Amino acid sequence: MNDSIHQLKRDKMAMIGMMIIAILTFIAIFAPYLALYDPLEVNMADRLQMPNEKHPLGTDQLGRDLLSRLVYATHVSITAAALATFMIMTLGVTIGAIAGYFGGIVDQAIMRIVDVLLSFPSLILTIAIAGILGPSLIHLVIAMTATGWVGYSRIIRGSVLSIKEKEFIEGARALGFGNLYIITRHIIPNVISPVIVIATIDMGHIILSITGLSFLGLGAQPPTPEWGTMLNEGRPFMETAPHLMIFPGLMIMITVLAFNFLGDGLRDALDPRMREVMMK
Amino acid sequence: MTVLSIRGLKVYFSTEDGIVKAVNGVDLDIGENETLGLIGETGCGKTVLGLSILRLLSENTVVEGEILYRGMDLLKLSEEEMRKIRGKEIAMIFQNALTSMNPVLTVGTQVSEPFELHHGLRRRDALMKAIEMLKLVRISSPSERVKEYPHEFSGGMRQRAMIAMGLACEPSLIIADEPTTGLDVTIQAQVVELMKELTMRSRTSMLLITHDLGVAAELCDNIAVMYPGEIVEYANTVEIFKNPKHPYTQGFLDSLPGRGLKPMEGMSPSLINLPEGCKFHPRCPFALERCKREHPRMVEIGNNHQVRCFLYD
Amino acid sequence: MKRYIAKRLLLLIPIMLGASMLSYSILYLAPGDPAELMLERQLQGVPTQEQIEAFKEEHGLNAPIPIQFANWLYRILHGDFGISLRTEKPVLTEYLNRFPASLVLFLMSQTLSIAIAIPLGIISAVKHNSEIDHLSRFVAMIGVSVPNFWLGLLLILFFAVYLGWLPAFGYGGFAHLILPALALGVSGCASIMRLMRASLLDVLNQDYIRTARAKGLCERAIIVKHALKNALIPVVTVIGLHIGHLISGMVIIETIFAWPGVGRFLVESIHARDFPVIQGFVLLIAMIFVFSNLIVDISYTYLDPRIRYE
Repeated sequence: MNDSIHQLKRDKMAMIGMMIIAILTFIAIFAPYLALYDPLEVNMADRLQMPNEKHPLGTDQLGRDLLSRLVYATHVSITAAALATFMIMTLGVTIGAIAGYFGGIVDQAIMRIVDVLLSFPSLILTIAIAGILGPSLIHLVIAMTATGWVGYSRIIRGSVLSIKEKEFIEGARALGFGNLYIITRHIIPNVISPVIVIATIDMGHIILSITGLSFLGLGAQPPTPEWGTMLNEGRPFMETAPHLMIFPGLMIMITVLAFNFLGDGLRDALDPRMREVMMK
Repeated sequence: MTVLSIRGLKVYFSTEDGIVKAVNGVDLDIGENETLGLIGETGCGKTVLGLSILRLLSENTVVEGEILYRGMDLLKLSEEEMRKIRGKEIAMIFQNALTSMNPVLTVGTQVSEPFELHHGLRRRDALMKAIEMLKLVRISSPSERVKEYPHEFSGGMRQRAMIAMGLACEPSLIIADEPTTGLDVTIQAQVVELMKELTMRSRTSMLLITHDLGVAAELCDNIAVMYPGEIVEYANTVEIFKNPKHPYTQGFLDSLPGRGLKPMEGMSPSLINLPEGCKFHPRCPFALERCKREHPRMVEIGNNHQVRCFLYD
Repeated sequence: MKRYIAKRLLLLIPIMLGASMLSYSILYLAPGDPAELMLERQLQGVPTQEQIEAFKEEHGLNAPIPIQFANWLYRILHGDFGISLRTEKPVLTEYLNRFPASLVLFLMSQTLSIAIAIPLGIISAVKHNSEIDHLSRFVAMIGVSVPNFWLGLLLILFFAVYLGWLPAFGYGGFAHLILPALALGVSGCASIMRLMRASLLDVLNQDYIRTARAKGLCERAIIVKHALKNALIPVVTVIGLHIGHLISGMVIIETIFAWPGVGRFLVESIHARDFPVIQGFVLLIAMIFVFSNLIVDISYTYLDPRIRYE
């Protein structure tokens, strides 16, 4: 593991990715202190301005300051992505651990559900679920969780199957510890690290999905500033005020690029054993 | 008449951990119709030496010295001239036929390739030749077998197909790198027998690279013992087995099942951090003060027996 | 081989049954009573309790859910996917009408990305660590990171609005196809290229490539004859996986380019809360996806003789 960290540190692109992610996280957390204007403040007199001294990135169709909206949007988009990742991971790990630990019918039933979910292109199912739940960012996150856990649960199930026969688990069982205790205290800590790595690699996809579906109107709703939503709102003004669609898209691309750089670095740095886990 | 003569060969390549000095000044001669055994432990540079003859090492490798094939320095040839040597004049048989044969091409395609390439045969005729070759290496119903893929062959059959591939264009020299490693003992014996017969018949010279002294005893006329990057002893096979001079050769022979099964002390040094002086001195039971500082030269001790050790200098 | 295909087709039955159950149950995710919601749409106003009851009676919505599902499945198996609430035409007809446009876009995009990705990946691997390799890897990295909806808009802005070379949206001749196919294909193209490069580099380090060199083959023959087929095996897997991404991407791209395909129809139906259309789409896509995966798996056997499906 130390070797991997060492190699990762030498990977220039991965480090650049990490730095960008740190900056974006900082912006996301301190958005209210960084924004010059209220992102929701409408000022029709100043509408559709190109970048100028007063508004570094110009204003939108309602005269709202684009830079301030982008700063707040960073908060919204990154938080939503982080929340979705966290929920997908939690659900996936829980279900996978249950399937692997209990085996038998429970495992069979879960794996059949997994098979069915894998027979859909996951984003289509996400779109359908989000669409039926009704457009809102939280519904989008729920829909993504409902379809996204599958991959994680398969990995965790495999790891749990291989670890559960180990002596220390047998020992814990002999000492009379309950299933829940054994799963949470002994099994999950032992299988969690590949999951976290995969989650990092996956983050780029999550952001693309969230912003993409928001762009379709299935995520954050106006006037909430969110990259995809802003892009959609700016679309009708593409010819006269292209900055309205260029900057939000740029933000998405930079963020995804940063996660992909880091993800590539992580993949390269992983020892073969972990690579094997991920390949399955 | 020597077929191959290697002079002052050095092969270095750099890795993340440092410079690997795989071959450090090797001189060797292989005569017409001779089988020379190159013996040594894993990681002593013998495979690298074999690959350097056909210039099959990666581009960042530094190769110095001379490799004279019938008087022509292979290291000075252009890539295109070299390609005409490979497979036609000098062929190579690799260890582990499973990974050394292309999994997605039929055995027939792979065995017939040298005929297409060097004899300009058409596909069909080349395939007929391949069937003949497979028959020669005693693969039953070869005209059926050519259509199969390597994974459908047994381990011994794959190795025999490798031999067929190597012998296809009747090369003057064959470099066989551990051709029997990983095979069952009985299959090993068959393969050895086959190689012996085929090289005798076609009057091909061979450089046999192996760590298996039994195989070497069976096949070789002369034996060169390699210890990290250099030759430490050279003599004909009978002489080496009867009268080993170098402490390393003695230790190596003593570790054989038939000769006491006494494991040698210590480990072979890494090719990155070679010891000063005689490279064997840290493991040598007879090491002198001198061995730590000076590098011994190869001395002739009569009967065409050479040894690199101060005990005989 | 025939037995394998038969077995795979047989395995599809439980999967499709599960998929239809899932498609059916999506309806119950809707906040509120689906019957009420559908009726509300039909009547363009708030329905009375009697109207709701009558509607439920008419559509068999009072039966226990398993029976409802069985009825629904029975109708699906007879090609009846229900009636669109919005257009009031059969769902299947609506999809079949839009399917050709989507298929054209899909094929164009897939062909374009494979035709660009594979040669670039090969060049990148053969000349690895050269300028051209660095450049194409960088472009590929951008390609996998750029959001396709943004790329689509940029392409419109540049090629349609500024340069006026190509139509910005709509369905028509070949010119209409170029921009949406590009926007749709870029990310898949980039990942196929990245994988092609990695895979070929890996193959070129294998023992059997050294064997081929030892025979005296030239670099070109080594790559074409010995390396390529091996290197393509994982690439085919990814092309298969990308079919799912491509279908998902079409939903967005068709919307941006006003492309009259099934993807845009889905988005319109979602905004109109046209449940039968959404359900039908999910099920149809699952069927297409499962079959295309089967085709990919079968195409392996041609590339890799070690795989024998028995």
